[in-house]
Amino acid sequence: MASIKFAVDGKTVTVNADPNMPLLYALRNDLKMSNPHFGCGLAQCGACTVHLEGEPVRSCVMPLSAVAGKKVTTLQGLGTPEKPHPLQAAYVEEQVPQCGYCINGWIMTAAAFLKKKPKATDAEIRDALAGLKCRCATHAAIMRAIKRAQTQMA
Amino acid sequence: MNAPLSRREFLKASGALIVTAAGPAFIGEALAQTAAGAKPPLVPTELDSWVAITPDGRVTAFFGKMDMGQSLDIAIAQIVADELDVAVDKVDVVMGDTALTCNQGGASGSTGIQSGARPLRNAAAEARRLLVHSASQKLGLPAEQLRVDDGVVSAVSDPAKKASYAELIGGRHFHHQVEWNKQIGNAMDIKVQANPKSPSEYRIVGKSLTRRDLPGKVYRTEKYVTDISLPKMLHARVIRCARAACTVAGIDESSIKRVKGARVVREKDFVAVVADHEWDAVRASRMLKISWNEIKKDPFPPMAEIYDHIRKAPVVKREDAVKKGDLEGAFKTAAKVVEAEYEWPFQSHASMGPGCSVADVRADGVTVWTGSQKPHFVQTGVARLLGVPPEKVRAIWVAGPGSYGRNDAGDAALDAALLSKLTGRPVRVQGMRSDGIAWDPKGPASVHRGRAAFDASGKVIGYEFISKGFSRRNIDTNESDPRDSLAGMSIGLPPKPSIDFGVPAEAYGFDSKLLAWEVIPPLLDASSPLRSSHLRDPVGPQIQFGSEQFIDELAIAAGEDPVAFRLKYLSAPRDAAVIKAAAEKAGWQPRQAPRAARSGDVLSGRGIAYAQRNGTLVAVVAEIEVERKSGRIWGKKFTVAHDCGLIINPEGLRYTIEGNVVQGLSRTLFEEVRFDREKVTSVDWLSYPILEIRDAPEAIEVVLINRPEIAPSGAGEPSIRVVPAAVANAFFDATGVRLRRAPLTPERVKAALARA
Repeated sequence: MASIKFAVDGKTVTVNADPNMPLLYALRNDLKMSNPHFGCGLAQCGACTVHLEGEPVRSCVMPLSAVAGKKVTTLQGLGTPEKPHPLQAAYVEEQVPQCGYCINGWIMTAAAFLKKKPKATDAEIRDALAGLKCRCATHAAIMRAIKRAQTQMA
Repeated sequence: MNAPLSRREFLKASGALIVTAAGPAFIGEALAQTAAGAKPPLVPTELDSWVAITPDGRVTAFFGKMDMGQSLDIAIAQIVADELDVAVDKVDVVMGDTALTCNQGGASGSTGIQSGARPLRNAAAEARRLLVHSASQKLGLPAEQLRVDDGVVSAVSDPAKKASYAELIGGRHFHHQVEWNKQIGNAMDIKVQANPKSPSEYRIVGKSLTRRDLPGKVYRTEKYVTDISLPKMLHARVIRCARAACTVAGIDESSIKRVKGARVVREKDFVAVVADHEWDAVRASRMLKISWNEIKKDPFPPMAEIYDHIRKAPVVKREDAVKKGDLEGAFKTAAKVVEAEYEWPFQSHASMGPGCSVADVRADGVTVWTGSQKPHFVQTGVARLLGVPPEKVRAIWVAGPGSYGRNDAGDAALDAALLSKLTGRPVRVQGMRSDGIAWDPKGPASVHRGRAAFDASGKVIGYEFISKGFSRRNIDTNESDPRDSLAGMSIGLPPKPSIDFGVPAEAYGFDSKLLAWEVIPPLLDASSPLRSSHLRDPVGPQIQFGSEQFIDELAIAAGEDPVAFRLKYLSAPRDAAVIKAAAEKAGWQPRQAPRAARSGDVLSGRGIAYAQRNGTLVAVVAEIEVERKSGRIWGKKFTVAHDCGLIINPEGLRYTIEGNVVQGLSRTLFEEVRFDREKVTSVDWLSYPILEIRDAPEAIEVVLINRPEIAPSGAGEPSIRVVPAAVANAFFDATGVRLRRAPLTPERVKAALARA
């Protein structure tokens, strides 16, 4: 057991837990956050994606010890209905999610990528989103939303 | 005007905040408190079971199905709003809760609108009739001199003479009987005195209104079933043997003693670990030492021989679903006979997250939160498993990690209920990735044989298409009988397999025709990781993969263009219309043979397929690219023409079709459950790949054919079944080579091109 202090969505938190426990379980169980989601536990789908110091990481395989003293942002921290991130607004406007279980992966990964490369081409966007899964197969709408968000972010 | 409430806000406002420290509180109770009299019992014969007017004049529609993100919530609200003459944002739809909704069968067979909306439409029309009648008495005017605008009844001649729905009944109950057709599930309907509106009177139906579940999902304010948390709740992981056909030999409980609070829960061959913290349950599940008895050696054939197994296996049941004309005579006199066989693998639901459920079994009642798409059947199944009356069980659907048929959510619900009973505590259970892919019920593997006879003029005079495979319902399509669940089978309940398959859904007018199916025995009687059940559009993609490729083969054999050939044998106008619409929109260039020009590494081709599904007609043109060196197929563009009668919400329909097309492309190109002699070896996204965004189409064009005069039919599944054959036909157009075994993987593409 270890006491590990870090920041989540702007708030400082301390979690007393097994330092090898994946960050996902600290967020969902210790901090009672209803996002991100468990999808595979293997970093193969993206449903658990958060930003660690602005970079997308898979919280299902990120040991808690690795986030000590660092800043974690979840989808809830990325934007709110009052102050949405352009990708969240675009997701609503384009009616992207169906079951919606996967979207932490897509939005958090795309947000970090577009920040670095706001004018990315379709092919670059597809490459940046490799490894993410969406079982409802909303990929066409995902591309439309990202392109809509690009016009807001450029 | 009030802003529409999200479902969560609505539940809160109504006193149905799902989880509180004091335990669940229910909407029904809140309504009862505000009503003058108690709410009548939840039975289909009471109008109050279908619709309610709140004190502030909002409308609640109680829908016994649920919306998995395909726009049913908004569509039902549109239908109810039109019948009641209220603004659509005043209509809240409560779904999938057994304490609040009648058993309309849950999500099933794309019937959400087709049958699910019927009683809601009738109830809303009847509610309007009663409210106008009540206003008529209050205002002293005959009903025919009244009009309704956004929930306010007023005199046609004098708008100042008025009464609102809120004034007339807000917060109280109708206490009005309607005539129920005595059907449970999809077919449930009611008859009322009111006449629902005719389509020409619709103002809200037919509009592309935006779904209301989106903000809750995108800002993560809506809870999923995985987020339900109760005081003193235990987290559980069920231990399933990696190998099929095993019973428990022994458990070394000391192997998890280092994990705080973790312990083993067992009943016969049902084994789980529970702990207060989810991570401790996960750790314990990995550390637990358990030994197994093998009850059957090599339960599965070698994977490479699965189609030979199907061909040679005895037939336990055959059904000749369509039989007409003198087939035998046609083949005797044929100038030419064409034959082909097609093969389709086991496929997994592979839901986005493993199945999850929370159950709280108490002496005075049971509550189960479930992601199963059929919560009313979870209620029945849990009641039977626990030996309690069904009315003591409340099942509440909460959006889960995916659905699309009888996936692992159904097993999770019964697992959670059994574990809560055994531990005396509320229990949350979720699987690990392998539980969602290796152990979910599978879409069945099958072989499809086509045979056709041509006369000397090139006309098809005999046509035969026979599917042979595992039953589509080795376990049933819902959880109402615990014998169909892994928990039930693990505690020794005998399996109750159903035998069923299907035939192509088309209207080709061949002189003689036989469409039949044959089902073979399951590989393992109970607890099989290859047990089959419904996966989106059950047996539709595999059958049509064969039948619509075979039609293409016949067109080429006859020296005809595949579009023209189909139209030649289709006399039904709606069937012909979707084919013409898709071909025209796609700019179809007629060809009587595959493309001749094949230079360069990338070959292009286009193919068409068409099918029916329970009243819906669909055709799709696939345009693909084939990379010869890598063997990769890219489904570049799809053009769909879709006719499901009256369209309720065009944009919602369009997105539903897009999801079908891309999920269909995934199943066509990538998906195949792998197994060895003793177990399923597809356990994660590497061993069960699905489509990623690099392989998503560049464009999906959708032509919606609206037929207001025809009652709406389904859209949740029809368009997935035509994708596999359209892609395979496009591959033939590009390469001149047929791919008759799915999925169309790069290895198979390269091998087929090398052979050509």
